[in-house]
Formats: sequence, C-alpha cells, structure tokens
Amino acid sequence: MTAVATPPTAPAAGTSAASRIVKHIATARETGIVIALLLVILFATLRNPAFLFSSDGFRDLLLTPSLLLLVAVGQAIVIITRNVDLSVGSIVGLTAYLTGRLFIDVQGIPVIAVFAAGIVFGGILGVINGALVAFARVPALVITLGTMYIYRGINVAWTGSNRINASDLPADFRGLGTGQILFIPILTIIAVVVLVVAAWYLRNLRSGRELYAIGSDPAAAHLYGLNVTRRVIAAFVVSGALSGLAGVLFAARYGTVSSGAGLGWELQAIGAAVIGGVAISGGVGTVWGAAIGAYLLLTINRALPILGIDDFWQRAVVGVLILGAIVLDRVLAVRQHRRLIAQREQAR
Amino acid sequence: MFEFTRSRRAGVIAALAVGVTLLAAGCSGTSGGGDSTGGSGGDANLSITMLPKNLGNPYFDTSTKGAKAAAAEFKGTLDEVGPSEASPTSQVSYIQTAAQQGAGALIVSANDPEAICDALNEAKSAGVKVVTFDSDTNKDCRDLFINQATADGIAKVQVDEIATQIGDAGEIAILSASANATNQNAWIETMKTLLASDHPNIKLVEVAYGDDDDQTSFDKTAALLQTYPDLKGIISPTTVGIAAAARYLSTSEYKGKVALTGLGTPNQMREYVNDGTVTSFALWNPEDLGYLAAYAAAALIKGDITGKDGDTFDAGKLGSFTVGKDATVLLGDPYVFTKDNIGDFDF
Amino acid sequence: MTAAATTTAVPARTYKAYGRPAWRRFLLTREMAIIALLVLVVVVSLAVVPHFDSPLTVTYLLRDIAPILLIALPMTLIIITEEIDLSVASIVGLSSVMTGLLTHGGWPFPLAALAAIVVGLIAGVFNGFLVTVVGLPSLAVTIGTLALYRGIAVGLLGTTAITDFPQDWTELAKANIPGTPVPAIMIPFVILAIIFAVLLHFTPFGRTLYAIGLNKEAAAFSGIDVGRTKFVLFTLSGTVAGFAGVYFTLLYSNARGDNATGMELQVIAAVLLGGVSIFGGRGALHGVIAGVLLIGVLGSSLRLAGITSDIINVITGVLLILSVVSASLLAWLQKRRSAAIGRKKGQAGVSSPSERATR
Repeated sequence: MTAVATPPTAPAAGTSAASRIVKHIATARETGIVIALLLVILFATLRNPAFLFSSDGFRDLLLTPSLLLLVAVGQAIVIITRNVDLSVGSIVGLTAYLTGRLFIDVQGIPVIAVFAAGIVFGGILGVINGALVAFARVPALVITLGTMYIYRGINVAWTGSNRINASDLPADFRGLGTGQILFIPILTIIAVVVLVVAAWYLRNLRSGRELYAIGSDPAAAHLYGLNVTRRVIAAFVVSGALSGLAGVLFAARYGTVSSGAGLGWELQAIGAAVIGGVAISGGVGTVWGAAIGAYLLLTINRALPILGIDDFWQRAVVGVLILGAIVLDRVLAVRQHRRLIAQREQAR
Repeated sequence: MFEFTRSRRAGVIAALAVGVTLLAAGCSGTSGGGDSTGGSGGDANLSITMLPKNLGNPYFDTSTKGAKAAAAEFKGTLDEVGPSEASPTSQVSYIQTAAQQGAGALIVSANDPEAICDALNEAKSAGVKVVTFDSDTNKDCRDLFINQATADGIAKVQVDEIATQIGDAGEIAILSASANATNQNAWIETMKTLLASDHPNIKLVEVAYGDDDDQTSFDKTAALLQTYPDLKGIISPTTVGIAAAARYLSTSEYKGKVALTGLGTPNQMREYVNDGTVTSFALWNPEDLGYLAAYAAAALIKGDITGKDGDTFDAGKLGSFTVGKDATVLLGDPYVFTKDNIGDFDF
Repeated sequence: MTAAATTTAVPARTYKAYGRPAWRRFLLTREMAIIALLVLVVVVSLAVVPHFDSPLTVTYLLRDIAPILLIALPMTLIIITEEIDLSVASIVGLSSVMTGLLTHGGWPFPLAALAAIVVGLIAGVFNGFLVTVVGLPSLAVTIGTLALYRGIAVGLLGTTAITDFPQDWTELAKANIPGTPVPAIMIPFVILAIIFAVLLHFTPFGRTLYAIGLNKEAAAFSGIDVGRTKFVLFTLSGTVAGFAGVYFTLLYSNARGDNATGMELQVIAAVLLGGVSIFGGRGALHGVIAGVLLIGVLGSSLRLAGITSDIINVITGVLLILSVVSASLLAWLQKRRSAAIGRKKGQAGVSSPSERATR
C-alpha cells in the first residue's frame, strides 16, 4: 500500500516478495491514476528535460499540487460520507487573508500561532457547515452552496480593496512556501504528512471505518447505532481545517492575497477526488486516490504547454479525465458485480 | 391550528427581518444617492461614479484615490463601485445602476472594449457623461478617453529596457493580463513590430496570459521558464503579472539570469528592485491618471468641453490639457523606475 | 395581515393531501412564502430605495436575469427527479462561442443561432447518455462536462472575442415589448414557462417526474421508463441553455469562451430557493420563477442603494440556507409538539420520505 502511496516516487512494484501485495497493487483503483500521472511526467520530460531534471522543475512538480492535495483530502473525507463541501475554496480565501492580517496586525506573532489560528478558523467554518447539514438533515450540496456564497462575501467585504502583499509577510514564513529539505519542498512534506495521517485514520480506526459505513448506507448506519450526526460534523470540520491549513500555506507560497484567493478550488478539489476513485455517491474511495488525482490535475495543467497543446484546452482535458474516471469506476463495478454473481452460481 | 399560528409568527419575524435589512439598506443608500448636486458648477450634477476593472487591485485603488482628491477640489462626489473579478460582462450591471441613479458622469476602465458598449450607450442616452481611462472601449461608446501614455511610447520603453538588459539578443516571452485586455493587446502588437524592425536578434517565443490573477501569473511564469530553458527575458505589461513573475524569479535559480521588465507599481516592486531580481520597470502615475479623469468628467458635466478635437480644460494641479484625435486626452510619457529613484514614490 | 399570513413556510411533507381546506393548501406553501417575500422586497424597495421605481429597473433586471430564468425551467424538472445539471453555464459559453464562430465564418445569423442551439442539444444528449445509459451519478457527470464544455469553448476561441453581430439581431435582443419597459426576451420565456408548467403540473409526464423523484424503484415498477424520462430532461436542459447562450451573446454583443462562468450555481441557488427539494419529488414552477426574481430584485435594489456585491452574495447565501433549514426546523418543531401533546391520532408530525406529499 505504501508503495503506491507516495506519488512523487515511482511505485516500487513488488519490493516485498509477498505476491498478495503485488496483486493488491496491480488491482488497486489508484494504480491507474499513478500510471497516468507517470505517463504525463514522462512525456513532458521527453519533450523538455527541464520539466523533471532542473531543480526548479522538480520543485514545482512537487510543490504546485500540494495545496490542492490538502483540500482534496478533506473533500474526499466528506464525499466518503455521502456529502459534498462546496465551500472549501471560500474557506481557503478567508484563511489566507486572515493569515496576512495576523502578521500585519499582531507584531511579532509566532508562525506556529498563525498556523494554529488558520486551522482552527477553518475548523470553525467547517463546524458551521457540518452542524447545518447534520442537524437540519438537509443536503450538503445546498448548505455548502449557501456557505460558499456567504464565506466569499464576507471575504470580499473584509478584504475590500486591500490585499496582502509579499512584503507584509515575514521572510521566514514566506521561506516555508519555497523552502526545501533534502530537495523536497516543505509544503509537500506538510501535505504528505497530513495525507498519511488521514489515510491511516480512515483505514485503521473504527471511527474512520464508520465514515465508509455512513456513506454506503446512512439509514443502516443510523439503525446500527453509529453516531451519524457526530461523524458527519467531524468530516466537515476536517475538511474545513484542512482548507484552513491550505489557506495559511497559500499565503506562504504566493505571498499576495486578494479577495479572489481560492476561487474555483471547490470544483478542482471535487474533480481531484472523483478522478482518484472517490465515488460521489459515498462509501467508496481513499484519500490516496484524491491526492494522486490532485497531482494529476495540476501536473497536466503544467505539462500541456510543454507538450505543445494550447493551454486553453486544459479544462477540456480535465473534463475528459473526470468523465473517464467515473466511467472506469462504473465499468469496474459492473464487472465485479457480474463476477460475484458467477461465483455465487458456482458455489451452488 | 396551533402549528399555523406558530409558523405564522416565524413568517412575520422573517418578513420583518428582511424589511429591516432593506430599510437599513435604503437609508444608507439615500445618503449616498445620486441626487446630490455639486456646489461649484451651479446646478451641475457633479456626482461621479468610478468603475475600475475590479476592486482589490492596488493600481486602481491608487487611481481612485487621485479621482477622489480631484472631486474634493471641485466639490463633487465620487463613489467607487465595481465587480470583485475582472470579467467582461460583470461591469454591465454597475453601469446600468449608475444610469438609473442619474449619475452625472461615469469613469470606467473597460474589461472588454465591446461587451459594455451597449450599456454605456444606454447610460449616455440617459444623460450620463462617459469617460474611459486606462483601458478604452470603442470610441463611439464614450465621450472621452484618458490615455495614460501612447501605445507606442509604452511598447517602446519596455522593448528598450529588455533589449539593454539582455544585450539585444536571445529569447524573450511576454506575460500579459487577460487575452482580451484592449490595452495589453495593442502594446503587444506594437512590441512585435518594434522587435521585428529594430531588434532582429531578439526572438519572442510566447505570449502567456496570467489573467491579471496573481496565482495564475505566478504559475505561468514557472511554466515559461521551464518550457524555454534558453529564455533571456520576460516582459510583463501588467502590474499583477510583473509582481507575480518577480516573486517567482526572486526565489528561483533564474534570479539575475533572466531579466524581467514591464509595468509595475513601486510598492509592489520595491523589494525585487532592491534584491536585484529586477533592474528597471516602467509606469505612469495612476494617481494622476484618476485625478485627470475626474477633472475631465467634471468638465464634461459642466459643458466646458464636449470631447471634440482641440477642446481644452483645466485639471487642477496638473495644469491644462487639450483633447486630441478620437476624443483622447494624453497624460504624458511613461516613467522608468530603477533602484535609484524608486524610493521617491509611494503607490 | 393576510400578506404576513401567507409568509408561513409550512413544510409540505408533513400533511396528507387534502388534510386541510383548499385555500390553505394553496396559500400556505413554500412557493407562496417566496412569492410573499418577493412582493415584500419589491414594496420595501419602492418605498426606500431611490430610483428603484423607474421603468429602467424593470428593463435591466429582466434583461440580466433572463438567461437564469430560462435555464431554471428545465433545471426545476431535473432536480424534481433527484438529479442535477451543473454543466448549464458551460453550455451557455459553448453555445455563445459557436454563435460567434459561425457568424464570423459567414453563416447567416439565424442559421448560426440554430446551430448553436443544436450544439446545446447535443451537449444535453451527451449528459443524458452518461447519466441514463451508462448509469453514472449526474453530479459527477455534470462536474466533468462542466469542465469539458467550458474547455472546448475556451479552446475554440482562444484569446479572441467575437463582437461583430448583425445590428438587427442585437437590437432585437435588447428591444422592449413596444409600449412597455418589459424586454422582448420575456415573450419566449413566458411561452417556455407555460409549456414547462403545463408539462410539469398538468400532464402524466409531469406526474411521473414527481414519482421518479420520490422513489425511482417504485416508479420503474409502475411502468415508468425512468431512463428515457431523465434523458429527455437533460436534452431539454442543454437545448434551453443553448438558446440562453445565443441570447447572452446578442445581449452583450460578445462571444467569448468564459461567458456566463459560475452561472450554474446562481441557477441552482434560485431553484432551491423557490422551494424545489434537492431530494427530488417536490417543487413547483411558480415558486422557482419567484425565487429567480427574488434574487434578481434583491441584487438590483441593493446595488441601487449603493451596497456592494459581496453583501448581495452573503444575503443570497443566507436566504438559501434559511429556505432549506426552515422547512426542517418547522418539521422538527411540529414533531416535538405532537410528541408533547401526545395525541395518538395519526402521528401527524412525523414525516418520513415515504409519505411525502407532492403538493
């Protein structure tokens, strides 16, 4: 599993002799996207070696998708519970601006405090989403569409014509946005740590597995005695907190924050999760898939101009990818369904 | 029965809440309404609406500051309204609103030369004077265009700067705003002509579009540097683009190796000029531009000028200006900022 | 007082049909609450917002929201069947680009417009095919086609905008009905609205939509061709979006790849505000039209009052959330009350999906 897990390195297929693992990797839903990602990188590098083999190229390959990865992981957790969070882009924008304001208004504030503030603030916005969805029993699509408008409106009202300029932020904070440890950008390390924790939680802990149960069949989960309300709120809090973290890192990476920060990220995050095999109808998928989906989306964006495709077509390619991913999932599901029926027939 | 009264109460409360909101809105609206008449022009309606491409852009904040200063001098009122994102059709509803409010004049920087044309014409027929600045519309949908500098002048200054910085030979790229930006496109065309005629050894390899969006411009800069390993220089004729490009360059391996010039504001570029990422860049003073636009609007309202060739009007501290061909007023030549003079400016 | 009485938002799911007198069934609905709110906003705006009473307000308002009004009609039907179409705004953009390209390429304008509408239809067919034939969830499909259609639109036209359209047609798009401040685009809209209203509320086809929304399986077992019905709806949605794209192009004399970006969310917000349940099986067209008008009037009124667009967005969001939460809240209050009173008579307060009433 971990072999597939780290998108930046090629999947070392079969490092362990256990054929079970090899088989698992070969049939995993995520393998397809990893192969697609590697192909994109391969072609782009063949056209222009600098895409991978210059220090900037390698850095950007890892760095650019890191922020979307965080948001996509949160989005995946929400989608697994058969909900959706459209407000993530607005949360990123709000926390990015909050980050800048904290540095301007509170002289000498420690960087770690700003991180905490961003995460907590994002979490609070997530609580609002989750509470409305869970207590009012209304679809997340409507609620988060509403909060998307509200949070963005508050953001624009608060920002007005101000913006945070790079010179407003302390140099060591901005250094986080571009700094590297052993050639790996700090932002990527943060994102991967979050990813590993989220994946471990969803895979190995009871409450993580309950999220899948709720997404598969909310009514059954409720009747079984799972605390659906609490779990759903928790999923939204995680999504909000991760978007908040992404907002803080947005300020570090881009330095300039205007009221449009994070605009349109919600669809990118949902797209990344869907491409990564997280079914929109809930109960299926992993955060690994969502993470690789985020990498694939943004790497394609960067690779197309190098491959000589007009970058105006990027969105069309993204659309084809999303459709391809869900059609593939459907085909796999139908095939598995047939196989199970055949097995049952044989068992008789 | 019981439920009915309960829910009716909720309905009344909701209705009252909306009513109160609207009342509050209305009260705040009437105070800033368009009926106020300016003092100095006798009965002239000196209420001016300023509509930049988008709010939250430091360049336009500065031009609005200048316009407000001018309005205070001639005792008019000036309100800034605008969309939060610079899309071509988003300005239309603001133009319509200004027409309904009976504003005396509208000062617009167009996101698109055509999309807002009809709305401007409707505003004109409702008696609103239309002044464009910074980015023009078609000349028949406005009364006057305040031009910050001629396209030739702007294109020439940028091409000259990049040519001296890269030794007049090598590959360069352009990082522009949105693909439909009137002024950027005009400058780029002129730059291409200039490069072909005067700088045969400089090759323009790509025109990339950062949509005047900071993040997009930042990522596009990264893509340009990767796609063209032999790139010697970048021209970014937009304030958002040059700042984002400079920020990318300043932390990358290309710092000092790839030259960057274009149009930027001193406050955004100060850091990068001082750390050696950027040698020089050019601009005019947006504050003066807004100031001049407001005075021109007031002159139109008072009937001192009509926008025909040769009309002259007085623009406060900037002196007297003459309307040129196509109802255009020229602010002056672009100004080149370098390490030596950047400390004298604050906008 | 009667005006206030009608602003109640009684959740329609909590009573059995004909459990109350006809006047109440007609007046105490979500749709009526929205209509009453709309009337209230208009009255208050007329009283306190300067310049709101000019005929120009009507012209500009209806002109601006016409595309949203048009697209909201098929969207209502789609959401009633518990599906969603997020690709409509991208279809508007694609149709706009086609109109521009073909006119630019020398086609006579009516033919170019027709071709653009056909492109919208094809886009709708493609959505319908993926949702019904391949059997994919419409939310995922239309997020995909949102990116795909927008990408094609932007890709086809690249950096240029086509702005040169026959004067007669652009004049027509902006013309008013002679002697009134009402834009001419309202004529096709009213015709379409009547067609959709009849289709939804007075035909067997319309009843099947509610049946599908309430329970797909039950509908299928009672002989409704669920797949075909949804296919028709997505095709209609694409076609109407195509028409809206032609209108949008003429209104702004401008064909661009990024036209109408983000409009899908405005449409969906308006439809949901108008009392259509995203769970399917509930909603009516008069509520939806009032919902679109409400958002439009609020925006226009607040802009005239000099309030910035961000506050308008906040109000839109709050209204949207209130409209869905209020229904749940009232149901919950009722449930508590009936539990407290402890009458065993019919357990009227408990609403479960299986006994939702459609009207």
